[in-house]
Parts: sequence; structure tokens; C-alpha cells
Amino acid sequence: MQQIFNFVIKNKTFLLFLFLFGISLAFTIQSHSYHRSKFISSANGITGGVYGMVNSVDKYFGLEIENSKLAEENKRLRQLLLNLQINADSSFLQNKENNNLNYVVRTAEVFKNSYASPNNYLTINKGEKDSIYEDFGVITPKGIVGIIDNTSNNYSRVISILNKKSRINAKLKNSNHIGSLEWNGKSPEFSQLTDVSKFADVKIGDTIETGGESAIFPKGIGIGTIESFQVDITGDTYNIEIRLFNDMTNVGTVYVIENKDRKEILELENSDE
Amino acid sequence: MNNPFLIHSLRFISLLLLQVVICNSINFLGYINPYPYIIFILLFPIRDNRLTLLTISFILGMLIDIFSDSGGVHAAAAVSLAYSRPVLLKTSFGMLYEHQSIKFNLTEIGSLITYITLGALIHHLVLFSLEVFSISEILLILKKTLFSCIFTIVLSILIIVLFSRNQR
Repeated sequence: MQQIFNFVIKNKTFLLFLFLFGISLAFTIQSHSYHRSKFISSANGITGGVYGMVNSVDKYFGLEIENSKLAEENKRLRQLLLNLQINADSSFLQNKENNNLNYVVRTAEVFKNSYASPNNYLTINKGEKDSIYEDFGVITPKGIVGIIDNTSNNYSRVISILNKKSRINAKLKNSNHIGSLEWNGKSPEFSQLTDVSKFADVKIGDTIETGGESAIFPKGIGIGTIESFQVDITGDTYNIEIRLFNDMTNVGTVYVIENKDRKEILELENSDE
Repeated sequence: MNNPFLIHSLRFISLLLLQVVICNSINFLGYINPYPYIIFILLFPIRDNRLTLLTISFILGMLIDIFSDSGGVHAAAAVSLAYSRPVLLKTSFGMLYEHQSIKFNLTEIGSLITYITLGALIHHLVLFSLEVFSISEILLILKKTLFSCIFTIVLSILIIVLFSRNQR
């Protein structure tokens, strides 16, 4: 017993080092598995407050770009509105009266964005107080940004599409071939689409959009265009390099999308298991 | 302003804020960031207990991890640096360390640069190995370590020289 105590006292620095290093390593490993990195997260009051203060100064430098983005989107929406053919049949009217919206959209501001590390997250300034919860989709007018992964009262953390853990269902715009959107951790301009069937008609320059299978994003939100593609080693699937529509290094205001039917869809999908 | 506790608390907070507010979002050439918070660990008083240094380094690293959503990589790197500090001190200052009489303000700039370079190398190597977390991408790890190291070393020396009270 005496010897054990002596050993501990003699090596106390090394033991403390091992202990602390072990804790950090555990957190690191935990953060590499999806949906388990809850404890260490920037979605809390203190970090959110600090980033909020910085953002309140920082956002004035980007006002011009933000304005032109908004004008661009307004133009597009106005175009859609003017070209909208209103079907005045009964079902449409009924729908309107019931006000049954499938998707609820909320705006939020990005407080913190990162794109240099292999696992990137964004912090936004809305949280549970504004009815934002886990697994809501996050988009900008140009394309998708990511999925809400952790929420606190006033802040939420978004797992960016520039994250090695992120997997998002996507499809080719001009056919219905689906694939899984991933990131290889290299360039923030490009993302990778894997598991696309070899029967798909893949052409450089084609558009990739969300597939609507995941019940997180609605169908048809833009992701990017095909930059290059190659057949996978197994020969059955394509690996496609996508140039993202979004400039992920400059994200100011985002929209958070809630799918009201998500719960129902999930229940239905899980019912036969 | 002579209370060492006050000075170190102030240094802790200002380096933490400098790191998370400014340095984490520099992203020079897309991925190069300096990590000047290691100054706190490097310049921690030598005569103080090593256990205190280890614990404080861990807390500093963990706080930076919380701010930058990086799991525990900064904490691990900071703790490794704090643990290996006596060896670095011995190699770069030699006899001065043996006599426990280093004053960082008064040492030669040459040995100070050696000290910071070695410290930054160790810290960044651990940091990026854990951040990338795959052996097959060792080239990426080394590339990131090298470029960030240069950035960190230059920035750290500038900060130390600017804020040292004794004029050289």
C-alpha cells in the first residue's frame, strides 16, 4: 500500500497529464460520432453571448453584400409570383382556408461560421425559445447550409454540409437518381455526391438538389452543379464532385425550415420495423 | 498592476478572447490559423506548481474547444504542451533553467524564439493529428502544422515583444 502511494506521489504530474489527456481524447472521439457531441458545444449562453457581441459589430461590414443577396432573392420571388397560375378550384380554396402549411420557415442570423477544420459547425441566434429544434434544415436563398444538431434556449448549432459527419440525401435535378451528399474535408467550394447509380445520366454542369426523402429538407432545394465525376472502384456507382451554389465562407442570414409532417413520416417509416 | 494573479487572469481572458474572436476566423488561404493562446502556457511562472499549470492549460484548451466546437482537440494539445514544457525550457535556456532564474523579459531573443518554435511544433502536431484524426492523411496534418506554426510563431513573438515591460 505504501508503495502505491509513493508511486502516485512520485508520478503525480504524469498521472494528472494522462488523466487530462484522456478526458480530452474522450471528448475528441465522442465529437467524431454523429449525434453524440452534445456536451461540448457552442450553443450555450456564454459562447453565444460572446459571438453575439462580435456579430453586432461584424455585421455592419457585410451589409452591402447582404442587401444585394436580398434584392436578388426578392427579384426571384417576384418573378415566381408574377408567373404563378392560380388554380381557382375548390381544393385550393379549401387548403387556403385551413392554412395547412407543411413547411414553416424562420429566419436566423449566423453568429459563428467555420470552414477550415474537417468538422465544421455554425452557431445561429435562434433556439428553443423560437421553436427551433434538432433536425430542422437550414438553407440560404442560394442553397442548403446544414442541419440543426444541438439547441439551447437562445442559440442553436448547425452541422454544416462542410462536415465529415454530415450525410444529406440529394438527387440529380433532371432524373430521380439519388445519392448521399458528403464532404471529404478538403475545399469549402466543393462537396461530394456518392452512391449514385451507374444508370444515371450524369453530365458536367447539371444541377444537384435535395431529394426530399429525409423529411428534413423539402424537395428541390439547390445544392450545386456537377464539376466532374468518376466511376467508383466497385464499378457500380458514380462519385460526383459538386461545386456548391452557396459560398459557405460567407453566410449571413439563413432560413430554418421546419417540416410539420416530419413526425408523421418518421412514425410511418418506423412502424414496420 | 503588480499582482501576478491579476496579470495572469487578465492574460488568460484576453488570449482566450483574441483566439476565439479574431484568430479562429482568419482562415488565411482557406485553412491557416494562428494559435497565439499558447503564449499563456509558455510564459506561465516557472516556479509555480506543475500540477496547477496542467490544470489551467486543460481549462484554457477546453474553453477554446467549446467556442470552436472542436471536441477536445485544443485541450489535448494544451495539456501536452504544458507537460512537455520543462524539457523545452531546458533545451532552449540551458543553465538559466537549472538555476530557476529565467525572466522571460530579460532572456535573449534567440533562445526565446527556439522555445516558442519547439512549443508551437508540439502543440500544433497534437492539435492537427487529433483534428484530422486519420493516419492516411498524414501529409495534410504535416502541411497544416507547418503553415500554422509559422503563423503562430511570428504572431507570438510579436505579442511578447510588444507587451514586455522592459525595453530591450
